Amino acid sequence: MSDTVLYALEAALNGLTVGIMYSLVALGFVLIFKASGIFNFAQGVMALFAALTLVGFQTGQVPFSHLINAAFGTSIHDFGWTMPTLLAIPATIAVMVGFAWLVERIVLKHLVNQAPIILFMATIGLAYFLEGLGDIMWGAEVKPLNVGLPQGMSRWVDETTFNLFGYGFFVDVLSLWALAIAAVLVTALVIFSQYTKQGRALRAVADDHQAALSVGISLRFIWVLTWSIAGLVALVAGIMWGSKSGVQFSLSLIALKALPVLILGGFTSIPGAIVGGLMIGVGEKLFDFFMQPIIGGATENWFAYMLALAFLLFRPQGLFGEKIIERV
Amino acid sequence: MLYREAGDFKTSYASDNQTFPIRFDRYAYWVVLLLAVCVVPFFLNDYWTKSIIVPFLIYVIAALGLNILIGYCGQLSLGTGAFMAVGAYATFKLTVMAPGLNVFVVFILAGLVTAAVGVLFGLPSLKIKGFYLAVATLAAQFFLIWLFTRQGWFFNYSPTGMITMPVRTVLGFAVTGPSASAAAIYMTCLFFVIVMAWLARNLTRGTTGRSWMAIRDMDIAAEIIGVNPLIAKLTAFAVSSFFVGVAGALLFGVQLGAAEAGEAFGINKSFLVLFMVIIGGLGSIMGSFLGAAFLVVLPVILKVLLVDSLGWPSDLARHLEVMIIGALIVLVLILEPHGMAALWRTIKDKLRLWPFPH
Repeated sequence: MSDTVLYALEAALNGLTVGIMYSLVALGFVLIFKASGIFNFAQGVMALFAALTLVGFQTGQVPFSHLINAAFGTSIHDFGWTMPTLLAIPATIAVMVGFAWLVERIVLKHLVNQAPIILFMATIGLAYFLEGLGDIMWGAEVKPLNVGLPQGMSRWVDETTFNLFGYGFFVDVLSLWALAIAAVLVTALVIFSQYTKQGRALRAVADDHQAALSVGISLRFIWVLTWSIAGLVALVAGIMWGSKSGVQFSLSLIALKALPVLILGGFTSIPGAIVGGLMIGVGEKLFDFFMQPIIGGATENWFAYMLALAFLLFRPQGLFGEKIIERV
Repeated sequence: MLYREAGDFKTSYASDNQTFPIRFDRYAYWVVLLLAVCVVPFFLNDYWTKSIIVPFLIYVIAALGLNILIGYCGQLSLGTGAFMAVGAYATFKLTVMAPGLNVFVVFILAGLVTAAVGVLFGLPSLKIKGFYLAVATLAAQFFLIWLFTRQGWFFNYSPTGMITMPVRTVLGFAVTGPSASAAAIYMTCLFFVIVMAWLARNLTRGTTGRSWMAIRDMDIAAEIIGVNPLIAKLTAFAVSSFFVGVAGALLFGVQLGAAEAGEAFGINKSFLVLFMVIIGGLGSIMGSFLGAAFLVVLPVILKVLLVDSLGWPSDLARHLEVMIIGALIVLVLILEPHGMAALWRTIKDKLRLWPFPH
């Protein structure tokens, strides 16, 4: 095979791994959208917040230390102990569940039956609030995150591809792990929503709020549940992205990339989120690879959105979404 | 006591439908206008002009534009920053290509260029709506900013990627460039604010505005009663982009003087203007003024309060600001979906009865 094809293949493979990150964030969007019809703009910031909290617990940081120091003139930074990862992750999950409960309590309860666009704007506000809160609570500097996942070049992929094509591909082991974890997560979610009682209740609410209410399903509990699951998915996405390039603000920009992913995959489809994420990841890398000599680099910034725009014009419901029918 | 409408009789449809139906409001409006034009310019200092008054005036125009699109026509846009960039870069290219052109004409032409781009990106709105449209406008945001930072033609291949505004004079006063006086840039911005607020008010209460509102309230029903969605949506995009483009042109030409697209017109600018519209009040001209004033003044107040007097680090104040804005958005949407404009209306209703509420 010629070199160009090989390089393109490598670019595509790396795109696949970036795509998994998009898929993970998009997954959180889909869960909340299905259960409450809310388009949760804060999903990406939730991933950032979860990752920040995890690092904070691991290194034993004092929450709000900057604020306390500034207000009282003290100089505290950390408790002086570190928390093992296995303990820090459940603690972070607890924080995310608490957050879900608060969101339901303070925000969602009061916005029932509002227009979707109002709810969308409310989640933009929520995203800003959470972003500021995360920075104040844990500090804004880039933090390394290590939960014990292996990193570095995958020797196995390198050797296999070298034997096959005479050119070794560079693939991060972490990406392979992300792939496996995403697969496990999706399987678990599908099993949960198909075979458990709460999962069925969740699908019932997604189908028809009022009918679900009338057969005795607590809407508010289901909302807390969905937001908690979305928080969990956000944590997984945060861990993956954080291990890869450190916990930093750019994480929340990934959330914006999840929007075109959703449009490609359809807002209501879990497999759609995964496939859409992979397509966008591969697509933007390949597009950049082939178009860079012609129109210049950094096309990753907009390729996903333009692709989504094209999709919107020809297939608004996405690849796997349900057809949108409108009535007066 | 002072604010009442006793003896204020309306004898014609015209007087019943005027913008300020209460006489007191009408006088107040003219007094404010007179003060703003004839008195304020003589009491300006550089700090106040550059950090509060001029940004306020510029963001009023941007907020008016976005309010027309979201508040009146119901089309959510997250591409405001990029459309402001279109206005800014159009200003730059026009001043370079036609050095003799009056700068006011340049600003208006820049607005028209933005309107054309806005219509182009508004075309998908005919098929899609809600947050689908928001994603389509995000495409505009990221694509246009990429264009302005990567394609050399737009910034005349300057090595830094910055565009700079040359000095231009109107009636012998420099209004752009470093030598422009505070009063001159204030008057330039004020001129555009007055003209465009007048334009916005009269567009939104006429046929055009009513067809926008019909589309906003229910597009299918509006179509059935004879509103042409093609014309309504595209005019909303055109007018809104025109406003936003002029705001971008003023921001670059008059306030900043030099700009780089990614930094000055990024996605954060889109959100800032969106927040002004939400906090100020969706579908209200007054709301655009209130929202712009609030979000221009809030960071300054926080800075003075926390950084200058309490000695907190400035990044902490900035994070606190982000948090407060986010919380305010949620609060406003829950408690008062029509924003500060609705509060203003409530205050006025109370004042009309004060001090005898029964």
